[in-house]
Amino acid sequence: MNDERITKRNLKPDDPTRKSDNLREADLVHTPPEFAVSEEDVHVTDEPEFVAGTSLWKDAWKRLLKNKLAVFGLVVTIIIIVAAIVGPPVIKAATGYTYDYIPSDANLIKSIPPFRAADGSFSWAHPMGTDNSGRDLLARVLLGGQISLMVGIISTLVSLIIGVSYGAIAGYLGGRIDSLMMRFVDVLYSLPYIILVIVLLAMFRSSSARGQLILLFVALGSVSWLTMARIVRGQILSLKNQEFVLAARATGVSTPRIIFRHLVPNAIGPVIVYATLTIPSVMLNEAFLSFLGLGVQPPLASWGSLAADGIQNLGIFPWQLLFPGISMALALFSLNFLGDGLRDALDPQMRR
Amino acid sequence: MTRFIIRRLLITIPTILVVITLAWGLIKLAPGNFYTGEKRIPRSIENSIREKYGLDKPWYVQYGRMMSQIVRLDFGTSLRHEGQSVNSIIFRSLPVSVTVGLLAYLLALVIGVSAGCIAALKQNTTWDYLSMALAMVGISIPNFVLGPILVLYLSLYFYWLPPARWNGFWSQNVILPVLTLSALYMAYIARLTRAGMLEVLRSDYIRTARAKGLPEKTVILRHALRGGIMPVVSFTGPALAFLLTGTVVVERIYALPGLGNYFIQASLNRDEPLIIGIVAFISISLLMMNLLVDIAYAYLDPRIRY
Repeated sequence: MNDERITKRNLKPDDPTRKSDNLREADLVHTPPEFAVSEEDVHVTDEPEFVAGTSLWKDAWKRLLKNKLAVFGLVVTIIIIVAAIVGPPVIKAATGYTYDYIPSDANLIKSIPPFRAADGSFSWAHPMGTDNSGRDLLARVLLGGQISLMVGIISTLVSLIIGVSYGAIAGYLGGRIDSLMMRFVDVLYSLPYIILVIVLLAMFRSSSARGQLILLFVALGSVSWLTMARIVRGQILSLKNQEFVLAARATGVSTPRIIFRHLVPNAIGPVIVYATLTIPSVMLNEAFLSFLGLGVQPPLASWGSLAADGIQNLGIFPWQLLFPGISMALALFSLNFLGDGLRDALDPQMRR
Repeated sequence: MTRFIIRRLLITIPTILVVITLAWGLIKLAPGNFYTGEKRIPRSIENSIREKYGLDKPWYVQYGRMMSQIVRLDFGTSLRHEGQSVNSIIFRSLPVSVTVGLLAYLLALVIGVSAGCIAALKQNTTWDYLSMALAMVGISIPNFVLGPILVLYLSLYFYWLPPARWNGFWSQNVILPVLTLSALYMAYIARLTRAGMLEVLRSDYIRTARAKGLPEKTVILRHALRGGIMPVVSFTGPALAFLLTGTVVVERIYALPGLGNYFIQASLNRDEPLIIGIVAFISISLLMMNLLVDIAYAYLDPRIRY
């Protein structure tokens, strides 16, 4: 019971007025009704500090909104995500084209330039043209966006889970376990991991597109958690000697619970920042692997595999490369700006 | 210093063992093998080839054999490129990759450091914003998009440069791969230099240098730059790893017979000795380069003592 309440309060992260913890600890002691007045007193003195503590996120949000590039990044990212999710069904409803729809009319099975019909006249049917099999490129680019973003987000989540648990456990337990765990991270750091990912993906190549996608999540997620583990460990080290941890320990909270319900929520700021910057780097890695034919397999497509297809016919059908390429660059561009902006907003000390 | 180098070398050895073991384990654990390709060969022939390469032995014998080969830096013969030793393939393809990678890194260093310095010295002016915006573009455009676009305009529309193939070290064929590869590092280095220079320019020793009347040129080039490029030096380690993935893509785009191309082919063909050989070679050279970077770091920054 007590434990639950402490946790809820600590979920308000980075409360700068940690001093108030002692007072609030008194709050938690079961008070007989006749002391109700004094309890209210405590509550009143506590209130302003409590409000001040929650405003970190509001502050960060305000700072983020002041940064024009970050707002640009945020807006474009949202547009891309919405387009990738909503686009394919809308296109299907409007024109009937999907990413794998190959027209049965033999005249249409060729690459058509953007905004052209098969006979060369102007047409709204294919704003990005079609690929070699006559498939609508817009639908394919949107699907590619879906897959790329999905790989980026899911692999980042995988790396988040591994990195946060690993870093938090190492940081909280400390001592010999900590140095052993971090030494292991050091060794992994110096590995040319992309080589191992290439070997892994080439060796376990799955015949099904979905199987390969899952392999990709695992492979990319399991190599991107190292920095996350270091960041979280650093945070935990600075948090673990504070009073609220002592209080939790004194009330008999178990170690895993202290780590994951009390410490980790307080370290969330840097984790979010780093995760935002991990997404574009994972997406880039995914595109790199798909470009080499090791990532996303047909009939699915990602921006990387579309670019790889497009490069085959570069001289004749340049739009097959340009549209997926530009989409990818735009997405990375805005995600990087968003990540930089978030870092500045959440970590004012690092600002110049 | 000597003790530091020895200690680092001692850590390097288990790291290399881990990489090789992981790669080898992945190859062995994966279903299928080199002979389960599209072309079926008779069982008896496959068995005799397996015997020839020692692939019929239990896994620990194979592992021991592989390790003893690697210790002697002899990686055996390729399964795919019959009769060619892995070493000969590595030494034939290495110069291509190294030329492209090194030239790209040098170009990135020269342009990136200059752009970063200009941005830092003229902070918050058009120059600053322009170079930083360009750097952001450089970071965001993947090289497999940039490369084909360069080919499209510089080779296919204007016929200025050859679009692909390797034609020796002093040929126009090197220009496009190097440009493609260096864009990303240029961008990173420019950003790092700017950040480093901004910090150094505010420090006390720069004020002292100015106060004692040194010409601005000396202050910037001799005093500030030395401290300002420290982030760039420490970026060299990760950059080498990036350079590796970069060369793989660039070699693919421009059809260069480099190490990366052979590595991808070997992985797809499951050419085990070649995979292991290249993995071992790359990890050893990367770790050695990282060691060199750390030594250079200590040399440039007198505050660091190992």
